[in-house]
Parts: sequence; structure tokens; C-alpha cells
Amino acid sequence: MIKHHLTEDLMIGYAAGTLPEAVNLAVATHISLCDDCRAAVDTYDAMGGSVMNGCDGVAMSSDSLNAALASIRAPESAPVAPPKPRRDAVLPAPLLDYVGGGLDAVKWSPVGMGVKQAILPTSKAATARLLYIPSGVGVPDHGHRGIELTLVLQGAFRDEEDVFARGDIEIATEADEHTPIAEIGEDCICLAVTDAPLKFRGLLPRIAQPFLRI
Amino acid sequence: MTEKGAKSNADWAVLMVKVRDARDEAAFIALFNHFAPRIKAFLMKSGAEATMAEDCAQDVMTTVWRKAHLFDPARASVATWIFTIARNRRIDLLRKERRPEAEDLTWGPEAEPDQADALALQQECDALGQAMAALPETQRALIEKAYFGDLSHSEIASVTGLPLGTIKSRIRLALNRLRQSMK
Repeated sequence: MIKHHLTEDLMIGYAAGTLPEAVNLAVATHISLCDDCRAAVDTYDAMGGSVMNGCDGVAMSSDSLNAALASIRAPESAPVAPPKPRRDAVLPAPLLDYVGGGLDAVKWSPVGMGVKQAILPTSKAATARLLYIPSGVGVPDHGHRGIELTLVLQGAFRDEEDVFARGDIEIATEADEHTPIAEIGEDCICLAVTDAPLKFRGLLPRIAQPFLRI
Repeated sequence: MTEKGAKSNADWAVLMVKVRDARDEAAFIALFNHFAPRIKAFLMKSGAEATMAEDCAQDVMTTVWRKAHLFDPARASVATWIFTIARNRRIDLLRKERRPEAEDLTWGPEAEPDQADALALQQECDALGQAMAALPETQRALIEKAYFGDLSHSEIASVTGLPLGTIKSRIRLALNRLRQSMK
């Protein structure tokens, strides 16, 4: 049962199409697991539909309809065969696209203490990475500028506030300094999205930071 | 209430289903004549210049034909569905990036959305359109700007008086039925 959901801000931004790609990825992944938030996002899409439908139309040029008809009558170059839906027990569909396969296709790099990460290819406005945190291990203590989203895909983590399990998304702001620790029992895999570089506290993690590309 | 001659969301949905199930060109033409100029206007207000907006609107309508099988009247009005296609094209064109989409949920071969559910959603979308039109100008402008992409969205969550809760419950119900049909 998912306890930690998206904020209205994120859902509206996703519907309006104004969020950075990496943040969109976190939203798309959460709503693949959470029908409540999916319905809310669809509702903000409906608001967008209303906005578009309420616009005073700008006349199309006279030949545009004919061009569109020619285009729909033309045989489709490559028949739109939907790509075979891949399934993965841990990675929801939007992440399969970015990883280019399932969990076994993730190219992890170690960042110390058994923690591993893989940066996903998105635009630079924000960074998305998969984090692998061995059971019982803490993510280096860090504060951050801007916002940090952490979405659990496997296992669970605990921080000062609560426990977060599969589908739960933690939304931390600048003010939060938190120390997530993977719960005992199963290694934890998360999608973490930051819109500004993380700043780590403590000497050892600081040395590690350059390798994290954040 | 709709002005004389204006179509309700349910009317547009009927036309869209004709495109989807019967590949009906006359229905497509009616949809094109209504929606293409609005897509163009929406894209221009989002920062696209006229030629690009026109090409893009034409392209969006071609996509409407090609991807008609994805239209689900129990989960979206035609305006909503076309908006999502236009928005994604805008992200693609203006930001040169793709938009990650949630996992697709589609009705299995033996299941279809309940017609009464679909009609109810279409009517609730009519009510949303009317409530938006009745908003004070400043509030409506706030919402419009957020969707045109030139305002932070944090303020619009405070706009009240829109029947968003009923639409959300309706879509939630459709998702439940969909999940059942996928089992």
C-alpha cells in the first residue's frame, strides 16, 4: 500500500509539461505504480484539455486539411507495431525505456560502502539516477539545494521521518537534512532525482562526491 | 449547456470512436476543423511561431488518426486526449526532449469500458469546461498561463470551484475496472 504520494505541484507540472525530463521520469514511474496519483494526473490533463478547447482557434491555412487527409490515407511507412511490452519485476515501464532493459541491464558504478548508482540519460535541467543501497546501509548524509525526489522500487528505507517502501516517493526540500538507511531484509533500489547538485557532509562522502557526477 | 450548434464532449467522443472503430474520414474532418485551430492557438500561446504551430497541429491530428486505438472515452475527453498529444509534441519541439509516459493500461481484448461510465466522464468534462469559463478572469488566466508553460504551477493548486474531485473519482473507477480486466 503506497503511503507517500506526489504533490499537487508535481502533478500539475507533469500535466502542463513544464517539469524537467528527470522529474517527469519520477512522476511517470510513480503513477505507473499508483492509480490514485494516475487518476489525479489524468484530471489535470482534463484541465489542460479544457484550456486548449477554450482557446480561440487560429485559422489553419486552406490546404492543411487536405494535407492531413493525404497523410492519413498514405500507407504508414512503418506500421505502428507497438514495441513488445517488456516487463520487469522491479523497474516499471518508463524506467525500462531509460535503462534500455530490465534490472539486469543497469550499468551500476560503485560509490562506496556497497552503494551503487547508475545515472540515467535525461536533459541536464535535473538528474535522475538509480541507487542501490545494500540492506542496513545508509546513504551518505547530505543536504541539497533545490528538491530531491526518492522513489522506492525494491526494499525499503527509513529516514528521520518515516519508512518508505515500493512506490512511495519522498519529496525532500532544501530545508531537509536526512539520512536514509536501507531497511534490513532486502537491498533497497530507488530512483533519485535532484534538480541541483547534492552537497555531502562529512569528509569521506565529500571525497566520493566527484565520482557521483552530481 | 452548450451554445446552439456547439458539440458536447460526448458528441466529440462519438466522432472519435467512429474514427477509432470505423476509420471514418468524415468524422476525422469534423474533428480536424474543430481541434486543429485550437491546437495551433495553444501552441502559439506556448511560444511556438505560427508556421511551426500550424505544421505541428496538422501533425497532431495525423497522430490522432494513427493512434485512435488508444482513445478511451472512460478516461479522457477527446479535447483532453488531443491536449496530451499536443503537449508532448510541444516538449519534443521546443525542448528537444521526450516525455516519459506512465506504463500503458489498455483494455484486454474481451473487455471494454462501460458506456455509462464513459458518458458520465464526458459530461463531467462539460461541467469542467463550464466551471472554467465561469471562473474570475484572474484565476482563469493563472490556469491558462500554467498550461502555456509561462508560469510556475504552484499557484494554481489554490484555484477553487472546479469539479476536479468528481472527474478524479470517475477516472479512478475506470482504472479499477481496467485493472480487473487485465487480470
